[in-house]
Amino acid sequence: MTDRALAVVRAGALTTVQDLGRPGHAHLGVPRSGALDPSAARLVNRLVGNADGAAVLETTLNGCAVRPRCAVTAAVGGAPCAVTVDGRPAAWGAPVRVPAGAVLEAGPAVSGLRSYLGFAGGIAVDAVLGSRSADLLSGLGPPPLSEGSVLPLGTPRGPSPAQPDAAPWPGPPAELVLRIRLGPRDDWFTPEAPAALASGAYRVSSASNRIGLRLEGPPLRRAVTAELPSEGLVLGAVQVPPDGRPVVFLADHPTTGGYPVVAVVDERDLPAAAQARPGAPVRFVPAVRPSHSSGRRHSSGRRLDSRGRLDSRGGHGSRGGHGSGGP
Amino acid sequence: MRVLPMGDRALLVELADAAEAQALHAELLRRRAAGSLPPVREIVPAARTVLLDGLDDPAALARQLPQWAVPPLSAAAQEVIEIPVRYDGPDLAAVAACWRTSEEEAIRIHAAAEYRVAFCGFAPGFGYLTGLPEQYAVPRRPTPRTSVPPGSLALAGPYTGVYPRSSPGGWQLIGTADTVLWDPAREPAALLTPGARVRFTVERR
Repeated sequence: MTDRALAVVRAGALTTVQDLGRPGHAHLGVPRSGALDPSAARLVNRLVGNADGAAVLETTLNGCAVRPRCAVTAAVGGAPCAVTVDGRPAAWGAPVRVPAGAVLEAGPAVSGLRSYLGFAGGIAVDAVLGSRSADLLSGLGPPPLSEGSVLPLGTPRGPSPAQPDAAPWPGPPAELVLRIRLGPRDDWFTPEAPAALASGAYRVSSASNRIGLRLEGPPLRRAVTAELPSEGLVLGAVQVPPDGRPVVFLADHPTTGGYPVVAVVDERDLPAAAQARPGAPVRFVPAVRPSHSSGRRHSSGRRLDSRGRLDSRGGHGSRGGHGSGGP
Repeated sequence: MRVLPMGDRALLVELADAAEAQALHAELLRRRAAGSLPPVREIVPAARTVLLDGLDDPAALARQLPQWAVPPLSAAAQEVIEIPVRYDGPDLAAVAACWRTSEEEAIRIHAAAEYRVAFCGFAPGFGYLTGLPEQYAVPRRPTPRTSVPPGSLALAGPYTGVYPRSSPGGWQLIGTADTVLWDPAREPAALLTPGARVRFTVERR
């Protein structure tokens, strides 16, 4: 076996291989998948001299530890955490040289949820439909890391940037604020639904995972009780199952579903949603409509993060509960 | 046709029925192939909608769509995918009883119909096939099975489907196919893509 590989020493609660996903296959029932915090994944790739789309490790809450068989440049970003090499403190958000056989550890997230580990050359598992991402809904891509498993590394394309980017991490705000645009099925709910969403009475549920951010709080009541035939879903769709508690769909969301979507969250707010811990308060606010002429979206938003606790794992095959029409 | 915005980058186009949705989906694919559709990342047909996701200017397309002349689906000049099936499923008797006929006749009815993949979902490569006459719709099983074998030919509501791999499932299982429905190394990975025509041929038990 080649020396360009990582051995998994501590897998953590849930660590997966992610790149920027496999969009373009939704009509075949294939979720887009990919890093839940793509800006963090891009950043760690830039720090080690990779292209943006190289595959990285995405951890959940308590980090992970790996032992490269070769000397490699690595970087840890996303949710801030202690970084060590063979137990000695190393930099977070900056390139770190890891000697062959040393253990690189990303500790538990200090705030946020998901840290990203990038390696020069990227994680070189086989691509499926053009992506190396683990898709926890469909089981496509590599399985979540387990202790003792070995991941191949690609060939670095050159030296790391001499002046690496900074790795900003705004402090967690008191509340996760998600900008939404109502529809397409807001008329399936009572007129009180928008006010309920804006009330700030929701909290992130510990049942959240890569498929969706599940919320606890006041149930949204249906005005139309008919069964909705399955229809296509988008990233950020706020779907309302029969219990009335909204689910914000993240990267591993099903491609179709049979429960009504009351609103869609602005894609720029989803990384913050993916970093929100269970218990974090959530409020939905109306998004400013995009201007017609420029095709650009408004840019008043700021990056928001959240705090709380999490112990959830994304599970394989958790297809149930996204719609009434599933086989 | 009703065109509903879905976030800032997508349109959900709602049609009167499945046939209209399939016809619009076919027209969208024709226009995309001809280069006359603005760039779009996903075209996702479903029961009676078509989702267009990843549009730069959804409002512009939303204004144009209702003016399109969408021809009805035609079966002409399109290849039919044949899937050999052993009609040996554990729910065949129940389905025959629901149809008030014998198992032999139920097999004849199912294999005589011509199907079309209305849409995919549930799992990669799982197609929802329409084409069975309306009076043969069957309910889902009251209790889903925890594990359905791959290749199971199944019915629920107006749909026929074949499970691409082992999974939980609540549909009525009437047969088994050996055809590989999903292979990520193949192009396309899914044998049954939306719009495809399908026939089931009877293999001896």
